[in-house]
Amino acid sequence: MNGVIYRISGPVVIAEGLQNPKMYNIVRVGKEELVGEIIKLDSGRAVIQVYEDTTGLRPGEPVVDTGEQLSVALGPGLIGSIFDGIQRPLDKIQAKSGDFISRGINVDALDYKKKWEFVPVKKKGDAVKQGDIIGTVQETGLIEHRILVPKGVSGTIESIKEGKYSLDETVAVVKDDVGKHNVTLVQKWPVRIARPVVSKLPPNVPLLTGQRIIDTFFPVANGGTASAPGPFGSGKTVIQHQLAKWSDSDIVVYVGCGERGNEMTEIVKTFPELKDPKSGKPLMDRTILIANTSNMPVAAREASIYTGITLAEYYRDMGYSVALMADSTSRWAEALREISSRLEEMPGEEGYPAYLGSKLAAFYERAGRVNLLSGKIGSVTVIGAVSPPGGDVSEPVSQNTLRATRVFWALDASLANSRHFPSIHWLNSYSLYLNDLKEWYVKNVDKEWPELYVKAMGILQKEAEIKEVVQLVGYDALPEREKEVLDIAKSIREDYLQQSAFDEVDTYTSMRKQFIMLKSIMMLDQYESARVEKGENVDNMTGIKPKMLVAKMKYTPEDKIDAMFEEFKRSLEGS
Amino acid sequence: MSDIYYNTVKQVTSVLLFVDGVKDAAYNEIVEIGLEDGRRVRGQVLDSRNGLAIVQSFGETQGMDLKMTKARFTGETARIAVSTDMLGRVFDGIGRPRDGGQPVYSENKIDINGASINPYSRDEPSEFIQTGISSIDCMNTLVRGQKLPIFSGFGLPHNRVAAQIARQAKVLGSSEKFSVVFGGIGINSEEANFFMREFEETGALERSVMFLNLSSEPSMERVILPRLVLSTAEYLAYEEDMHVLVILTDMTNYCEALREISAAREEVPGRRGYPGYMYTDLASLYERAGRINNRKGSITQVPILTMPGDDITHPIPDLTGYITEGQVVLSRDLHRKDVYPPIDVLLSLSRLMSHGIGKGRTREDHREVADQLYSSYARGKELRSLTEIVGDEALSAGDKKLLKFAEEFETKFVNQGYYEDRDIEKSLGIGWELMSGLDKSDIKRIKEANIAKYGKWESDGEKN
Repeated sequence: MNGVIYRISGPVVIAEGLQNPKMYNIVRVGKEELVGEIIKLDSGRAVIQVYEDTTGLRPGEPVVDTGEQLSVALGPGLIGSIFDGIQRPLDKIQAKSGDFISRGINVDALDYKKKWEFVPVKKKGDAVKQGDIIGTVQETGLIEHRILVPKGVSGTIESIKEGKYSLDETVAVVKDDVGKHNVTLVQKWPVRIARPVVSKLPPNVPLLTGQRIIDTFFPVANGGTASAPGPFGSGKTVIQHQLAKWSDSDIVVYVGCGERGNEMTEIVKTFPELKDPKSGKPLMDRTILIANTSNMPVAAREASIYTGITLAEYYRDMGYSVALMADSTSRWAEALREISSRLEEMPGEEGYPAYLGSKLAAFYERAGRVNLLSGKIGSVTVIGAVSPPGGDVSEPVSQNTLRATRVFWALDASLANSRHFPSIHWLNSYSLYLNDLKEWYVKNVDKEWPELYVKAMGILQKEAEIKEVVQLVGYDALPEREKEVLDIAKSIREDYLQQSAFDEVDTYTSMRKQFIMLKSIMMLDQYESARVEKGENVDNMTGIKPKMLVAKMKYTPEDKIDAMFEEFKRSLEGS
Repeated sequence: MSDIYYNTVKQVTSVLLFVDGVKDAAYNEIVEIGLEDGRRVRGQVLDSRNGLAIVQSFGETQGMDLKMTKARFTGETARIAVSTDMLGRVFDGIGRPRDGGQPVYSENKIDINGASINPYSRDEPSEFIQTGISSIDCMNTLVRGQKLPIFSGFGLPHNRVAAQIARQAKVLGSSEKFSVVFGGIGINSEEANFFMREFEETGALERSVMFLNLSSEPSMERVILPRLVLSTAEYLAYEEDMHVLVILTDMTNYCEALREISAAREEVPGRRGYPGYMYTDLASLYERAGRINNRKGSITQVPILTMPGDDITHPIPDLTGYITEGQVVLSRDLHRKDVYPPIDVLLSLSRLMSHGIGKGRTREDHREVADQLYSSYARGKELRSLTEIVGDEALSAGDKKLLKFAEEFETKFVNQGYYEDRDIEKSLGIGWELMSGLDKSDIKRIKEANIAKYGKWESDGEKN
């Protein structure tokens, strides 16, 4: 089985002498046993991408084929962990190699010593098939881990246990025509293969995020896909963090792909202290982190988003709604480009490989709200940040991402420079889910809702037109009617769209509060229009009470917002 | 170590040698190349296969031939001997003394490529560094363990800004001093002398280590130099518990060298001919800043780069901005107006600012003052460009005040002396003073309590 290194060029190693190597098998490279993956076969030689730094490797050193594909271990203990791109827990790496990551470290993804309390939900004699839930383990305060029948197993339960077991102990035996299968708490799955489902469901439930511009104007469906391209400093990472904190999914998988080390540290330090708004439990109790920071090996960056989505699919298969954030997919694409260039493949646009588009599309296609094998419903929502060079979205990664995703949050440098956050530009962004979700909003928020946001968006568009006129003739030359539009547009921008991630109250807004806030601004619009109709000047209305109240709403806690709304309505009548 | 000299060089390009018959050269192994005239040049293995090694030469390949040039594979990857004896010394681009002194001897030889800090081991940077420069301290606060580059342009005084930071930087209420590790990448001898003189005069030289590669010296060394700088910094920070400030100038020259090598290797180019892996490569440098749990020392990086054509979307500043935690941008306009340091506050950003400021760190009103100054200055500048078209007669009284504020913000707040070391109280004080020229009703970002405590308005100017 063993081969030897023939050639080393950066993260790419070519080996010869392997016995019938298979594509995407994992190999151990060199004396230090670095982890690598076979990505090309060429007449007796295997091309390997190595997930660790290859400095010091020499031709002639051994290469060992493990016979396995790049897989993740799936079982209790995933939640709350922080992994590198190939599912090695960073805390265990630290215990082994100290504060700096050394090479050739072999650690288990999960803790095989820990005992988990297994509670069966099936009993002896029950018929089960792949993907069925046979029992549960309370994984964290928030998440009940459901143990699934692994791939290729279907039959009747011959025995099932209850009590404390470690991951690799048998908790059930399933018998079929072929023989007996032991089911343990852990199973493996190759990351490059999507886990099977029965069928996809239409995207008609939103993933609520508590972020006003997203939930109101550019919502993403539960099981949908969204992209957020933006130049540096436009607040991509803050938005991803906000979604990870506040989105109403059951589980969050956060993939830090080629980003700053200090940012991952911030998540590691702040998430355990933050509370889930629904349950009050620490956010870490529902979060899995995958960190391949920009100075960690490039090949593992390529693998990191597959590791992330496979973990997400696994929890989806238990019937959960899972949100996956990938920050940033551009780094993943660059990793792809680097490897491709080392393979001396024919480059496509800007040096990216020609298969960039299909790989990106295939990745986003793994999102969805689906009917599961177990008969339940689960979902994976994928939100990818993109870092286009110079903020110019005409580049290949942005373009291919836009093609594959259905929501586009256009992060804008000029908004960020004027400290308008989140810097999602309302005129350039879109959500193709708006129509699919309309019904849900009517039913669960208010029947007036679709009308409200259409009106508000209309005012913002009108503002852009009027502003062009102002450039030519000056503000004073405008008719009062148009000044009033500018006035309300300003209120929408400053009192509604702008939302501070760092303010305790403003950071999250429920749908109910969003409705009240938007409704108030629209009422203010009617009120001011009426006064303008009577011949009053808009400039006279600068400090009026209803306006002050609207401005205060975003800082008003959820439980006081109704009272605030009443006060606002009174102020309209009073003045 | 091997004593075998290979005289099987079969091809030489401007920077590369192809050596035949080499069976097991290690990837990144250091190679010694001997020329006919006795010159010795160092190089590194870029691509190794059974029977061929491609070697990148750090020196000029001038004078090399296929007959007499020999290559010896040293069996080592690039390492640097580190010790505290390095303090006060000046080295060249590959670590040889250039101050006439002896080489540094130490058993402690570390890999110049370093290893990535485990994100799990990192500590959040949160200690405020007072640089004495208002536009940095008050508006774009630097904290220990941060990487905050200066985006500059040709002919702008970035070197003076860097030298001033190195001279004045301190952590409040702490007597620990910074040590400075300086990397001059492809700078000219005048710039090099400027820093040497600067460090000597202020007594910083004895607590600093300098690595210099002059513009006349081999450009290949420029790729090695920052790695020597950072390895030295890591040694001082994590083994000797020092707080290290790393200054790298000019990163643009580093990237040019990277492109040169990439072109010589005939790699597929990315944007504007820079290699596709430039992001990863730059990250492998910038990410070597930070703090580590339970270790005393820290590495703070202030890399300097000149933006070609003052274009912030050029790949070099662009990729840098995606990795670093903010940027300080110098403005040609302000420089023309004779404002020093010409820091464009509106384009600058410190991502870690909020960790280092506020009550107990700087002052409780810091964030609010910064926000207010920022927004008033932005508004004032907007009005300024407007008045250039329509004149200032049409402006309201409040707008005229904003216009004046923007002017004073540049001349009194941003502008300060090269030797003027303002503490944070002073910087905030100037901010409050300038704000007092505005209508109190225009102060929207500051809470009432802080206005009452620090505000300099005589009467209550609020209208009802």
